[in-house]
Amino acid sequence: MKLNWQFILDSLPLYRDAAWITLKLGFWGILFSLAIGLICSIAQYFRVKLLRSIVQVYIELSRNTPLLIQLFFLYFGLTKLGIALSENTCAIIGLSFLGGSYMAEAFRSGLEAVSRSQIESGLSIGLSRAQLVRYVILPQAFSVGIPSIGANCIFLLKETSIVGAIAVVDLMNVTKDLIGMYYQTFEALFMLVAVYLIMILPLSIFLTWLERKVRYAEFGNQGSV
Amino acid sequence: MQSLGIRVLFNVKNIRRLLEGLMVTARIAFISILIGSLLGVVLGVIWTAKRKWIRSICRIYLEMFRIIPIFVWLFVMYFGGTTALNVDLSGETVSIIVFTLWGTAEMGDIVRGALKSLPQHQVESGKAIGLGFWELYRYILIPQAVRRMLPGAINLATRMIKTTSLVVLIGVIDVIKVGQQIIEYSRIEIPTASFWVYGFVFILYFAVCYPLSKLSRMLENKWNR
Amino acid sequence: MEQIGVLIVNRKTNEVLLEVEGLHKKYDGITVLEDINLSINKGEVVVILGPSGCGKSTLLRCLNGLEKIQGGDIRFHGKSIVSKDVNWQEIRQRIGMVFQNYELFPHMTVIENIILGPVKVQKRNKSEVLEQARQMLDRVGLLDRQNSYPRQLSGGQKQRIAIVRALCMNPEIMLFDEVTASLDPEMVREVLDVILGLAKQGITMLIVTHEMSFARAVADRIVFIDEAKICEITDSHEFFTKPKTERAQHFLNIFQY
Repeated sequence: MKLNWQFILDSLPLYRDAAWITLKLGFWGILFSLAIGLICSIAQYFRVKLLRSIVQVYIELSRNTPLLIQLFFLYFGLTKLGIALSENTCAIIGLSFLGGSYMAEAFRSGLEAVSRSQIESGLSIGLSRAQLVRYVILPQAFSVGIPSIGANCIFLLKETSIVGAIAVVDLMNVTKDLIGMYYQTFEALFMLVAVYLIMILPLSIFLTWLERKVRYAEFGNQGSV
Repeated sequence: MQSLGIRVLFNVKNIRRLLEGLMVTARIAFISILIGSLLGVVLGVIWTAKRKWIRSICRIYLEMFRIIPIFVWLFVMYFGGTTALNVDLSGETVSIIVFTLWGTAEMGDIVRGALKSLPQHQVESGKAIGLGFWELYRYILIPQAVRRMLPGAINLATRMIKTTSLVVLIGVIDVIKVGQQIIEYSRIEIPTASFWVYGFVFILYFAVCYPLSKLSRMLENKWNR
Repeated sequence: MEQIGVLIVNRKTNEVLLEVEGLHKKYDGITVLEDINLSINKGEVVVILGPSGCGKSTLLRCLNGLEKIQGGDIRFHGKSIVSKDVNWQEIRQRIGMVFQNYELFPHMTVIENIILGPVKVQKRNKSEVLEQARQMLDRVGLLDRQNSYPRQLSGGQKQRIAIVRALCMNPEIMLFDEVTASLDPEMVREVLDVILGLAKQGITMLIVTHEMSFARAVADRIVFIDEAKICEITDSHEFFTKPKTERAQHFLNIFQY
């Protein structure tokens, strides 16, 4: 299989711009997901009555439906009801909606991993509720939750590949157009796979390293692993 | 205007076509999950091999699907495969191939994890009370392995079902495509059709995935010591 | 039973620190503590003994506000601490507690564990707290471990540090909840020695333990609880030679071979 390297070189700017959009959308999606996830998990952990049920419903709905349908619903469905949103906005909303519930689960498992006895230990030296959260609960919840949060970030970045379906000028659409217009199928696909590899592989390796580092810090004391 | 919109769902012709599309989706999901699970078990057993190079190959196989989004693989197989093999592969065929490969990889990981986590001392106590090879497997190892595998396997099946939504993007006439055709067809008469149709598909996916994820969680809780 | 030796010094003063009156506690509908009456004077060491599951630990946890009581009163310095609006945060600084599972904070070093309370809660001067912390660590022989993490330490070391952590808050009374129960046998002694040292200094303590000869060596008074009720409260030397009740005698016999 001989690749037309000249074509690949010429297409670099297109792929670069598309990758940039993908990263931008991914970034905002992750950011809002973290925010939503944090709020949801706090509502669940501190048992805020009404919010807790809403959060439950939200999590079930977003985790059991595909992102594609959520995007179609937002982009095409809401338009007909008079709410017109740009494709990038829809993408971010969709990613945040989906990501928020995944992050909420990650935060929640982190919070619940902090044992009751740790909390009592903190109380016994007179820590206030806020101090308890800040010095005892959050640091431990964080180390437990980091692997999940990292995995969710990678997951969301991969899900950005779907936003092309609602006309975002992303990597998938660029590839499709190039194939359609110039018939340089292998070159375009090569670039597509290469770009995703470059974007995600480093993150995945970083995440594995982080996980190992965090697990070492907790090992022996928690007795798990 | 809303109450008129929903009648797009009550049209008998539409319903019949939607069900046909659903059959396509179901077919892809069912075949991929079935074959993927079986091959995955085989892969999982191979993965526990003593030689490191065997395990590395398995690992790389899995990482290829963990790092590159499934949608990208669908693209690669659909456009690349068709061109390379000079055969006209239908979107459905490509989908089944990609999903089966993905399912095998993930299932292999789950099976490997389950086998690795089996406590050695159970085997030893089994031998100590005189159990033979097959009895060991039947009464001790396999039941326990299945318990550790099942929640993850059901979770994988749920994810695969959600991802089948992507096949519409490589031209498969599945339930989403049919829905889009209905929307297009009813554009003049029922302008809000897209809201109702996508809403319907949304609920459809939810109706399948939610019970499955609940089942998975229930099993996990029941069997978690 | 090996004899550790008996402390004869009478440290008990007349000032009443903690009073328990008619305390009732239920758990899931089952009565775990019934009509508990007890008072602790400053300088005293009181040891609570009894069969497993009789409510000893629960009593301690009630005194520290970790468990709610359904009836009765607890008074600290004469003031009741069972009402709804009582500030437990303030009280817990004056009632120190050490747990069976040490529960040091795993993400902080030894010294950070110790100074967290005094600096952040009591708002004391950091260098003054560090000075005190290091002195106490030296006293228990662990000054060289001040920058280690809990996971690098043995059970006995962690428990001694847990005691130092509680002491650094300068509490008026220390509660010890079966603090040697989770330790390997060889480490039990180093922890009990620390507590004996505290007794010699005149620190007021309420101890729940199973270590009989230790109890005999350290206690001024013994509170014997059986089946949720106080069976008897006796001076230490009298309890071990000639207890007032048959149940107590029966209990003591279990530890004789």
